[in-house]
Order: sequence, then structure tokens, then C-alpha cells
Amino acid sequence: MKKRVFLFLLFFFFTASGASALSDAYKENVYQTGKLKPVDSVLKVKVGQKAPVFTLPALSGKKVSLADYRGKKNVVLSFVPAAWTPVCSDQWPGYNIVKELFDEHDAVLLGISVDNIPTLYSWTRQMGDLWFDVLSDFWPHGGVASRYGILRSDGTAERAIIIIDKKGILRYIDVHDINERPPLETIIRRLAQLPK
Amino acid sequence: MRKRRLLVVFVVWIFAFSATAFASPLQPPQPGQLLPDLKLPKPPERRDLQYLGLSGSGTFSVDQVKTQALIVQIFSMYCPYCQKDAPNMNRFFDLIENNPALKGKIKILGVGAGNSMFEVNTFKKKYKVPFPLVPDADFSIHKKIGEVRTPYFIVVKLNGSQKAEVVYSRLGAHENIEAFLADVVKLANVQ
Repeated sequence: MKKRVFLFLLFFFFTASGASALSDAYKENVYQTGKLKPVDSVLKVKVGQKAPVFTLPALSGKKVSLADYRGKKNVVLSFVPAAWTPVCSDQWPGYNIVKELFDEHDAVLLGISVDNIPTLYSWTRQMGDLWFDVLSDFWPHGGVASRYGILRSDGTAERAIIIIDKKGILRYIDVHDINERPPLETIIRRLAQLPK
Repeated sequence: MRKRRLLVVFVVWIFAFSATAFASPLQPPQPGQLLPDLKLPKPPERRDLQYLGLSGSGTFSVDQVKTQALIVQIFSMYCPYCQKDAPNMNRFFDLIENNPALKGKIKILGVGAGNSMFEVNTFKKKYKVPFPLVPDADFSIHKKIGEVRTPYFIVVKLNGSQKAEVVYSRLGAHENIEAFLADVVKLANVQ
């Protein structure tokens, strides 16, 4: 028993800190959340189903509907938990330099968070000019995240990647460990597997 | 016996939470200190291996790099400042390579904190980075050097010695790359 406890403590101390290499772009303005429960919601959708449709306000001022892309583009939804937090702040800037990879697979990216538009505006200004739409699922709070079953008990969203094909069918769902960034190669590989 | 087990669980729980609260990262290596022993993955491209004076596959240590001064750039594909600084770093590389007195004596190595090989290569291709970039997907190197923000620059003096002595340690990009290069030459005593 003592040995098991010791091994657990050893493991914990070596893995306790969150893994994130925060960009200096955010200076000291990012709130340190510490290590969070990896997943804190129950998924309500599954691969093969029709994706729940939604319309959300975008940072650009327009309204964006999932239905806008039906028959035209594959859609990658990147839900992030919250603005001004460590891993989230180092996720979308990476997608911002790979538009070509999304274009190659005839896909658009929609970034979604439960933050309101002013917060998203301030936060994403640190990332440079984003080529993709950033949507606010603020009101009704986390409504879209809730319909997909990825709203956490504290009101933030999961860190999730959801791929929807041109027919509006869910093709890939990754409710990722909130403490880690989903690898880019997985997203691109999954896009490559979509029916042409 | 049951009480004892409950006590052990309680103690573990307390330790677990205090570890999260008080886990303080190491400080970045400072001038005068030795760089921690980093096991870096060898870059797969032959050109990059040749630049570093290495061969084969597996891992290497910075003191194996054939140069007098090695600039270790901690970056991330996901870091906006690193993206903005990439063309600047390419010009910095050219400044060294186009100077016969410095070529081969100062080298640059980028370490992609939390980046996979795919992500590092994406960054390299996007910005046409001419110097080697290696991944640190599990943050193991990043943790050893104090979980610095990015971009972060560490210059180590090698000079044939087996010890990699840190002579420069700084957070943030360099607006004046000529001044940075002059600092590297001076601090690492490049001859």
C-alpha cells in the first residue's frame, strides 16, 4: 500500500504542472487555471449523425450559421474553453498560419468560445489578424456547446474539435483533454479522410 | 485498518492539491550557469544535420554541435510573436552565414515547445526557416529550461569544451539583430 501511495505521489509531482508554452504576446495577462479535470461533460452527439445546426454572432459583426456551409464546405469547429487562459491562447494562432491546409481539404474553420464578443475581441487581437471566423456562444450561455454536450459544469466549453462534412454529417469528434492542445496533424489527417 | 487507509487517501489528496498550488517551475538558465543536459531529437533533414555537424538519428546534446556558440531559440508554431519574428530570424541566420568570419562559428537551433514534428515542419515550411527546428512535443525540454514564454533565446558557449555554458538568456524577439549578433560574438568570445 505504502509503495503504491509513493508511486502515485511521484507520478503526480512529475505531471502536476499544466503543459503550455505561452507566447510572450499575452505578457502577464493570462489567467493560470492550473490542471483541470480533463473532460467534464457528457457528449450528446455522435459520428454519423446530422450536426445540430446553429447561428452565432461572429467577431466580424455578422451572424454565422452552420447551414451557410451546407453543400459548399467541410466545417471544422474548434471549441475552446475560455479566453485569456493558457492552452486556449496558444491554439488558434497556430491555425492562423495554416489556412492553406484547410483550403486543400475544402474546409472552413470556425472558432467558438462561450466568451462574449468584447472579451473575444480583446483576446484575439493578441493573435494577429485571424483568417477564420470567431463565434461567441455567450448567450444563451453556452447554448451551442450544451446542444453538442460539451458544456462543462463551470460554464466553460470543452476543448473540442468537431468535423462536419458538406452534407452536415458529423465525421469526427474529439473532446480533448482540456489541459492539452489537440495535435494539428490529427485534424488535417481527419480532413483528408472526408469523402471527396 | 480502514481508518488507516482513509488517512492515507486524505494525505494523498492534500499532497495532490498542494502540488498543483505550489508547483513552481524552474528558473530559465542564466549567464554563468551550465545549460541542463537536454536530449534533443536529431533533425531528420540531412542539410540540418550537416549544419549542426551531426549524423544519424536519435538524440543529441547541445555540446555535440560543432560550433563555438549555439543560439537555442525556444519557439512555438502557435506563438504569434514567434510567427512575426520568423522573417527576422531568417535574416539573422543570413547575417551569420554571409559573414566568413562568423559562418560555422555561430549556429542556431529552434526548439518547438509543445510542438510535434508535423507542427515544427509546418512552421519551417511556412516561414522558409533555413536553420534546424526540432520538436519538443511533450514539453520535456521546455520544463527543463524553466517553462519559459516564447520566443526565448539562450546562447551557449561551446568552444570545444564539453560544458555548455550559458552566456545569454532573454525573453522576447530582437528588434535589432545586428546588436544581438554583436552581443553573441562578444559574450561567447567567438574568434
